[in-house]
Amino acid sequence: MLESIKEFASTFFVTGDPLIYGADVSIALTSLAILFVLTYYKKWGWLWREWLTTVDHKKIGIMYLIASLLMLFRGGVDALLMRAQLALPGVEFLHAEHYNEIFTTHGTIMIFFMAMPMMFALFNIVVPLQIGARDVAYPFLNAVSFWLFMMGAMLFNISFVIGGSPNAGWLSYPPLSEMSHNPGPGQNFYIWGIQISGIGSLATGINFLVTILKMRAPGMKLMKMPLFSWSVLSSSIMIIFAFPILTVTLALLFIDRYFGAHFFTMTQGGNPMMYVNLIWMWGHPEVYILVIPAFGVFSEIVATFSKKRIFGYKSMVFSMMIISVMSFFTWVHHFFTMGAGADVNAFFAVSTMAIGIPTGVKIFNWLFTMFRGRIQMKTPMLWTIAFVPCFVIGGATGVMLAVAPADYQYHNSYFLIAHFHQVIIGGVVFGYLAGIYYWWPKMFGFSLNEKLGKWAFWFWNIGFYVCFMPQYALGFMGMTRRVYTYGWDLGWAPLNIISSIGALLMGIGFIFQVWQISYSIKHGERDKTGDPWNARTLEWSIPSPAPLYNFAIVPEVKGQDAWWIMKEEMKNGEEPKKAELEPIHMPKNSGIPFIMSVFWFIAGFGFTFTWTWMGVVGLIGVGLCLFARSFQYDTDYYIPVDEVKRTEASLGRVV
Amino acid sequence: MSQHEAHGSVKAYVIGFLLSIVLTIIPLLLVLNHMLSKGWLVFAIMLMAVLQFIIQLVFFMHIREGEGPKYNVMALILGIVIVFTIVAGSMWIMSFNG
Repeated sequence: MLESIKEFASTFFVTGDPLIYGADVSIALTSLAILFVLTYYKKWGWLWREWLTTVDHKKIGIMYLIASLLMLFRGGVDALLMRAQLALPGVEFLHAEHYNEIFTTHGTIMIFFMAMPMMFALFNIVVPLQIGARDVAYPFLNAVSFWLFMMGAMLFNISFVIGGSPNAGWLSYPPLSEMSHNPGPGQNFYIWGIQISGIGSLATGINFLVTILKMRAPGMKLMKMPLFSWSVLSSSIMIIFAFPILTVTLALLFIDRYFGAHFFTMTQGGNPMMYVNLIWMWGHPEVYILVIPAFGVFSEIVATFSKKRIFGYKSMVFSMMIISVMSFFTWVHHFFTMGAGADVNAFFAVSTMAIGIPTGVKIFNWLFTMFRGRIQMKTPMLWTIAFVPCFVIGGATGVMLAVAPADYQYHNSYFLIAHFHQVIIGGVVFGYLAGIYYWWPKMFGFSLNEKLGKWAFWFWNIGFYVCFMPQYALGFMGMTRRVYTYGWDLGWAPLNIISSIGALLMGIGFIFQVWQISYSIKHGERDKTGDPWNARTLEWSIPSPAPLYNFAIVPEVKGQDAWWIMKEEMKNGEEPKKAELEPIHMPKNSGIPFIMSVFWFIAGFGFTFTWTWMGVVGLIGVGLCLFARSFQYDTDYYIPVDEVKRTEASLGRVV
Repeated sequence: MSQHEAHGSVKAYVIGFLLSIVLTIIPLLLVLNHMLSKGWLVFAIMLMAVLQFIIQLVFFMHIREGEGPKYNVMALILGIVIVFTIVAGSMWIMSFNG
């Protein structure tokens, strides 16, 4: 008996690496600390009522934000471990297998569990406020999305202490990810973690598409809608069409692994390249899904801090919508070297270069918005300005990679690594960080300290160039991605040590941000006006943080930059029209999204370890939750007028 | 919530469900009983898939309902373009292998 438990534990838990034991201890201590604090301060009820069951888009957004920052930390630690291993030739810090696991989890976490939720945080916090809505179209589904994401992320993350991490790269190419090469639970963790959170992402895409199309305030025609909301619309369209492809592809891979099918195996008629083809049909739109909302953030920030209307509004809208369609026609540039004919490669080389054009248009629009503007160098604006040159260089190296014949030289070298980090950090991460700084007062009612923010900004930026510029050169010198060590004779040592120093600088930048947030919670300037930046769009017309129902009276929109127009009218002495308060219709909280997602987690965990009974139990639980929800009729309520009045009065607003 | 729209009738759902099942069983029987040659078999499966796609749209996705801007038609056109890209694109790209 004892022997069999021992044997089970030795394969169930990851053993043998001091780093992992350290992680075990820290996970156990953190969990105990959380349990203790919640129990000691009697916060369990509060946690359940205010957060776990909430359907309020603002709170869901905040939870997304917290989760994404934690994942940024985890992914960042992975990055630093890799840079430590590569700093010098012949370092024996991580052995080969461990290195494989770390680059896999780094990439997977950064895209699926850091960038996606940070994007959804901004969607949730900003879009309803910006279009004058009281919540998203489907608040319950929104909570389902969040908890599915969260459970998927947790399932993926426990893999490094239980069962073993996936190690076949962030896109898990077969045959390496097939049973023939990877029989352990690692790849199953990858599949189920992404599948579960992927359902949530798809639902979020549908939710925001409908919210934007159906719930805009009266008078807000589509062509008067703020550009961030436009970018969310564009991104949602891509999510709706791209995520099913991912789901199907990973499902086929799982069928291969679980039922012994041969979609992507090397033998019996399987074709691993088909997986590569399919996964990039999702993978390429995915990078635009991530970067388009960042473009939306920049558009808002540039207009606000230049005190000008955005230049070329219509061309911005058209370029985003064109990108959302064209992004589906470029995927082959990720595998030019597969060996398809010249016709295939030529087509996709041209389409890849063509998609750079609408992006270029946007860069010029931002520059022209700044031109002769009264620019204020606040942190959101700093990140925006830093984004422009960074993304231009990233775009240029991208066009270099798009030249199919030349790609044979760059493919899977550090040149590629440097390129995609440049567009993803320089575009996506800079954009989301700018957005977080910009909307932070709206989320929490206080601004983040500018001085610490500037330290963080410079560490991040200088660190970025120090880290990734040498990698372009390393690529040309022949260093390929995913090598875990190299010799002195190759001459890569000097550039690698510089690159590692850059990574460290970015890590310091992140520490400054943590410091900045914790400092500002206590000392940050309180936002009493609701409009700390003198901004232009509707979210700034209401108090910070926004009350539960967002808008006591749904605003009447007269044009683009609705709040700016209202402010101008007020300056000219025009009295805003008085409207009668009405009871506000709101959705009720529900525990079902959380409980259902826990069942998804159980199902995912069971299938990961091929414990079919457990997987089936989980799926039955999911079904029961859906069933219970179908027969819930009491799902909404009204906030009475005098409660709205009291809330508004307590926020210093007269209605 | 005053603007509740029709969500179809039980009858329509049952019809759609039965048709879907029939269209799933036909290709299964064709494959299990080796009733057609390979080319015709692929053609028959594709045909059943397209028919089922239409049934899903009509009976479950309410493609004929809704008012205002024809978002569902726009979405359908974009969807068809992308499905075509996925299928035809994959066949074209992977043809090097054959």
